[in-house]
Amino acid sequence: MPASITVSSHPSVQYLLRIGDTCLIYAQRLGEWSGHAPIVEEDIALTNMALDLIGQARALLTRAGSLEAELGGEAHDEDQLAFLRDERDFRNCTVVELPRGDFAVTMLRNCALAIFLKLLWERLADSSDAEVAAIAGKAVKEARYHHEHAAGWVVRLGDGSAESAARSKAALELLWPYFAEIFEDDVVDDAALASGLGPRWSALADAWRAEFGAVLAAAKLEPPVARAFRSTGKSGKHSEHLGFVLAEMQTLQRTYPGGVW
Amino acid sequence: MVIDTAARPLVRSEADTSERRERAWHVLRGVNDPEVPVISVVDLGIVRGVDIDHVGELVVAVTPTYSGCPATEAIEATIVAALDAAGLGPTRIRMQRAPAWTSDWISAAGRARLRDYGIAPPGPVDRERAMPLRFVARAPEPLACPRCASTNTERLAAFGATACKALWRCLACGEPFEHFKPI
Repeated sequence: MPASITVSSHPSVQYLLRIGDTCLIYAQRLGEWSGHAPIVEEDIALTNMALDLIGQARALLTRAGSLEAELGGEAHDEDQLAFLRDERDFRNCTVVELPRGDFAVTMLRNCALAIFLKLLWERLADSSDAEVAAIAGKAVKEARYHHEHAAGWVVRLGDGSAESAARSKAALELLWPYFAEIFEDDVVDDAALASGLGPRWSALADAWRAEFGAVLAAAKLEPPVARAFRSTGKSGKHSEHLGFVLAEMQTLQRTYPGGVW
Repeated sequence: MVIDTAARPLVRSEADTSERRERAWHVLRGVNDPEVPVISVVDLGIVRGVDIDHVGELVVAVTPTYSGCPATEAIEATIVAALDAAGLGPTRIRMQRAPAWTSDWISAAGRARLRDYGIAPPGPVDRERAMPLRFVARAPEPLACPRCASTNTERLAAFGATACKALWRCLACGEPFEHFKPI
């Protein structure tokens, strides 16, 4: 089994890994719907969205790895970063690693994430890092499409049958406590703001609440009350679920190092 | 490695360079997208430039249509193979992300070929206006069926067989068709 790599703790690298890992792990979760969605159109939609997210993750991990070298460390490529890091070195928000749940969980999470990523990409389009700005210029178009698609489903389910409304309410209660982590800043956000790499994520909170709130209102869903619970995936302390995602995602490269097809 | 500078002079005349680039563009106009094999990579608008670098390599700047488009690597390999086969190599691809590709870059000839192939071409993208958020009951712009030209059509699915397409149906002739998404 190849040794795990150690990644630079430089805040700029960490900032990019937070975004890249959020896209990567979420894509992995969406991919689980392949062959399982309730209708074939949604099967295709969910895997198409996963594909966009994988593309975004590849670009960001590639940039994070080249930045490591520019900062005087060892360079890593996208595959090393995806397949040879241990769980504690992943920097995704916890909410994306939660099990895919039912269709209501998937659509509410898709909608919340797409709005967040859209707001983030819009700001990253002005990043001081030209490569990050270029990645964002493409990704924002994809996130808008994901947002529109997921929002339509949230409304159909929330304002749908008694069963779909009850499932949507339960899904929102489940996910809500995990959204808070996304918008809590730390030194990584401070450094990104100072260097011009990207915004503090807390700066996106108001716009996210307004846009997601508008979808929830149309879906006749109430935003749950805030809780003290905070997840900590962005600093590497994950839920019990990420290990299982990584076991499946990394098994081929761990078993057959450098394998290609 | 021995570099045969006589066979491949480092300094080329302006005319040689310009002719090689012109010939490269001509070859590229015959390289089709692997997923939509009726439109060339030039008509699709993903070839952003052809240059010759200081060691005489042909550098083709290519931009992806979608971040995760799985055809990207195949397209790059096809471009290199076609240029090498035409004797215009050595060739390398330069990935150029910015400015981001838009369906507005598909040429008029490319749009006509898409329609003939049964794919409704994308309408113009209004970049100044934020995309309106519609919930259910979407009412996208009326889209003409590529077969019978009726605008009595409806969208079946927002996503299709490839990242760049959505699935539609014509209510007049009853045929399903693909729509190249405007982005």
